[in-house]
Amino acid sequence: MTQTQDVLPNVPNQEQNISNLERTWRRGRGLIGWLSVTTHQAIGMRYIVTAFIMLCVGGIEALLMRIQLAKPNNTFLSADLYNQIFTTHGTTMMFLFAVPVMEGMAIYLVPLMCGTRNVAFPRLNAFGYWMFLGGVLFLYWGVFTGAAPDMGWFAYPPLSGPQFTPGKRTDVWAQMITFTEFSALCVATEIVVTILKMRAPGMSLNRIPLYVWSLLIQSFMVIFAMPAIVVASSFLLSDRTIGTHFVNPSEGGDPLLYQHIFWFFGHPEVYIIFIPALGFVSAIVSANARQHVFGYPAMVLSQIANGFIAFGLWVHHMFATGLPQIGEAFFTASSMMIAITSGVQIFCWIATLWTGRPRMTTALYFVYGFIAIFVLGGMTGVMLASVPLDLQVHDTYFVIAHFHYVLIGGAVFPLFGAFYHWFPKMTGRMMSERLGRWNFWVLFVGFNLTFFPMHILGLKGMPRRVYTYPPEVGWGFISQIATAGAFVIAIGGVMFLINVFRSRKSGAIAGNNPWDADSLEWATSSPPANYNFEYLPAATSRSPMWVPREERTFVTGLRTDRREVLVTTLMDAEPHHRYVLPGSSIWPFITAIAASITFVGSVFNPWYIISGSILIFVGLLGWFWPRRAAEIRDEA
Amino acid sequence: MNWVGRAAKLALLAALAAAVAFGATDVQSAVNPIGPQSGKIANLWWFFFWLLGAIYIVVMIAALWTLTRPNRGFGQEPLEHTHQLSPETDRRTSRVVAGATITTIVILFVLIVASVGTGKGLSELGEQKNSLTIQVMGIQWWWQVMYQTSDSSIAVTTANEIHIPVGRPVQLRLLSNDVIHSFWVPNLHGKTDLIPSRVNTQWIQADKPGVYRGQCAEFCGLQHAHMIIYVVAESPDKFKAWYDRQLQPAAAPSDPVMQRGQQVFMNNACVYCHQIRGTDAAGQNGPDLTHFGSRLGIAANTVPNTPGNLGGWIADPQSTKPGNHMATIALNSADMHPLINYLESLK
Repeated sequence: MTQTQDVLPNVPNQEQNISNLERTWRRGRGLIGWLSVTTHQAIGMRYIVTAFIMLCVGGIEALLMRIQLAKPNNTFLSADLYNQIFTTHGTTMMFLFAVPVMEGMAIYLVPLMCGTRNVAFPRLNAFGYWMFLGGVLFLYWGVFTGAAPDMGWFAYPPLSGPQFTPGKRTDVWAQMITFTEFSALCVATEIVVTILKMRAPGMSLNRIPLYVWSLLIQSFMVIFAMPAIVVASSFLLSDRTIGTHFVNPSEGGDPLLYQHIFWFFGHPEVYIIFIPALGFVSAIVSANARQHVFGYPAMVLSQIANGFIAFGLWVHHMFATGLPQIGEAFFTASSMMIAITSGVQIFCWIATLWTGRPRMTTALYFVYGFIAIFVLGGMTGVMLASVPLDLQVHDTYFVIAHFHYVLIGGAVFPLFGAFYHWFPKMTGRMMSERLGRWNFWVLFVGFNLTFFPMHILGLKGMPRRVYTYPPEVGWGFISQIATAGAFVIAIGGVMFLINVFRSRKSGAIAGNNPWDADSLEWATSSPPANYNFEYLPAATSRSPMWVPREERTFVTGLRTDRREVLVTTLMDAEPHHRYVLPGSSIWPFITAIAASITFVGSVFNPWYIISGSILIFVGLLGWFWPRRAAEIRDEA
Repeated sequence: MNWVGRAAKLALLAALAAAVAFGATDVQSAVNPIGPQSGKIANLWWFFFWLLGAIYIVVMIAALWTLTRPNRGFGQEPLEHTHQLSPETDRRTSRVVAGATITTIVILFVLIVASVGTGKGLSELGEQKNSLTIQVMGIQWWWQVMYQTSDSSIAVTTANEIHIPVGRPVQLRLLSNDVIHSFWVPNLHGKTDLIPSRVNTQWIQADKPGVYRGQCAEFCGLQHAHMIIYVVAESPDKFKAWYDRQLQPAAAPSDPVMQRGQQVFMNNACVYCHQIRGTDAAGQNGPDLTHFGSRLGIAANTVPNTPGNLGGWIADPQSTKPGNHMATIALNSADMHPLINYLESLK
């Protein structure tokens, strides 16, 4: 066996160790093996690929909408089709692309950055992915059978209630949410536990890489935000399927209650998407400015503050519903506070670049693009926090421009940067930097061409979610520019795909640490072995890979004939005990099938909840069936 | 009398066309305020715009400046193998970042004060004497407009068009009887939602005569895009004339063709949904048509009110505005012409 780590401790029986690890951590063969995989790299990659396919699908939906809006009174799409497409576009991008892709990157990178062998709950991880896939298939089954949701991705009652959207479209949407809730909560739980209990020895809280910090914060946010959408979608579903009256005003329910609960989830959701992206930016900046991100404590505290404030400003989505003035003032102030914590981070990155010597990789180009776009989105965000301004631009194209600036600028640009940055780690090959530059510029120009004019459209009175508009309002020309821009973005996307496929086949060999970056994922081979590290690394500084080779230390003495990892203490990451992770299993997949039958069936008949629970119980029985410890099995 | 109404309508359409031609897009614009409410908001907008725009440029210059620096730190120290800033650089950078953060906080404070101040100013524009109260009800996908007075005998009901006198504050009472809609005429004010089981209010005032366009701003279903309302601001005299006219029941047609048209209306399903005061038609599900002929548009202003458009609308409502709730009524072509004439005569 070849060694994959640059430096290894001097211990006896290294060859034996490695071949044991290979055997213990190998993935199963064949279809059953593929469905049973619990390796975090495989699951992370499945999330990333599935989410990326969803990005392409959502992008195609966006193009269809842009074609429809390119000229007044266009008949390319009917009202019904347009409403289905904009709802599916929003739903896909939020629930099936943005959150899952961040989760996938986290599942892939966090165990590597923490210097461990897998996530804390590998089977739960597999289960989470299958549930996510179930959500994807369910929604798109709806799309292709004419049951695509058409009431907007926010599904406000009473429009989403049984009276105004009969049929199954809204139910498909609400139940798809349930799938993604499950998946997000699974990922959040295991990421939190992995970060808190499985860090490399020595990686005390003040040495955690900023990206890992961002995931810790994001995962806690998921844990607190998702229950709100569970409540909202359950209200909606039970009003629709079993005739309850939570949010149905014709039965005495309160439609505003739904909005409050939805946005109590919905606003943090946005930060759930872009906080990990800020982590990407930190990692890319420190690797390419060749130094630590300036102001580590300020960065961490700002992100934690972001996480808290995110839960205190949902009402700025509801200013037009008619609130008392004191409430408006409070939510204006809390919404603007986000600008402080985000501002601190921007200042720290600029300071890092300023005092460093930026090496202009494609990833860093995307970071500069991120700063240019995201800061503008932040400025319009401050405008939207102001109640009087919001009353004018709320639910117009100005808002569409704003949130694409913060979500594409704040999350997708860093994400592309992250793809360029970690592609070598994930595949072992470099992406083409030359094509990468082109890719960046095409995306950057296309993005601004598409979304900048939308600010003007909004001020000129164009509301969101209209399938067409008459010529006399004068939105035609600006809309045409936006449509042209959307196709430029599409070209940028295709360039990225070409770069991925070409580089995967024939890119330059990357080696372990092509960027000379500072965090632990660069300590192992590219791509990493199933067990990540032959010897778990220890973190002797905040930038373990910038510690001279001879000073790096390792954990020895873990058993290699079972899936053993080291559990460390929460604060200082001192070694605490050894822990055996469960191996591959088909049961998470079977349980996910059972849960999918339950959820999908319940849309048509509430009794599926009861019968489905029995199926899930069978799945869990297999999942948790006790097994004899490895050493006893080996002797038998 | 009839030609007065027609002339008034033509003048309105001409004004609309002129606004479209010359102002291009200013009939539905948040930055072309014509009342005190929208004026205050527009002032606040320009304040935010210039201040935040300037900050954006400063931040971008700071970010791009990093590209021009060949070496590291303030002292340009060559620190390639330490990945650490010198204590001096670290201290100075900290000061700059702290300064920028404090500046951010101060600026945000200024913006909050400006924003809350404008909000307070807006709410002080409410509750004025000499105001007019109009109830606007959002219904999929049109607007019912009822002028409310203490004397119900002089209350007026119309649809998809609000006439207001220039310079007089108007209180809108906003309701919905199905899903959530949002009332938004950007030249006059921001949005206020129409929420079933609630009453929201909005105060508007137009200081310049003109026709201002608004449309539903909360997604309300299939034809959300075609839920348009015009606010017609006119001089108090003209408004009074319009109002007095609206108070009248529909005049009985004198011309035999129009009489035939009225019969067609009364003998068909039209009467189940539409009211024409002064006749037996008393349906309440659709817009009141008593003075239909004086209105600017058809189908919540989806198309201008012309005989041709009206014919198309009645013959096949689903092609003008797919999915709308107006029933398609089979009429023979001989009946269509009198019906159109009759409806257009309802000035």
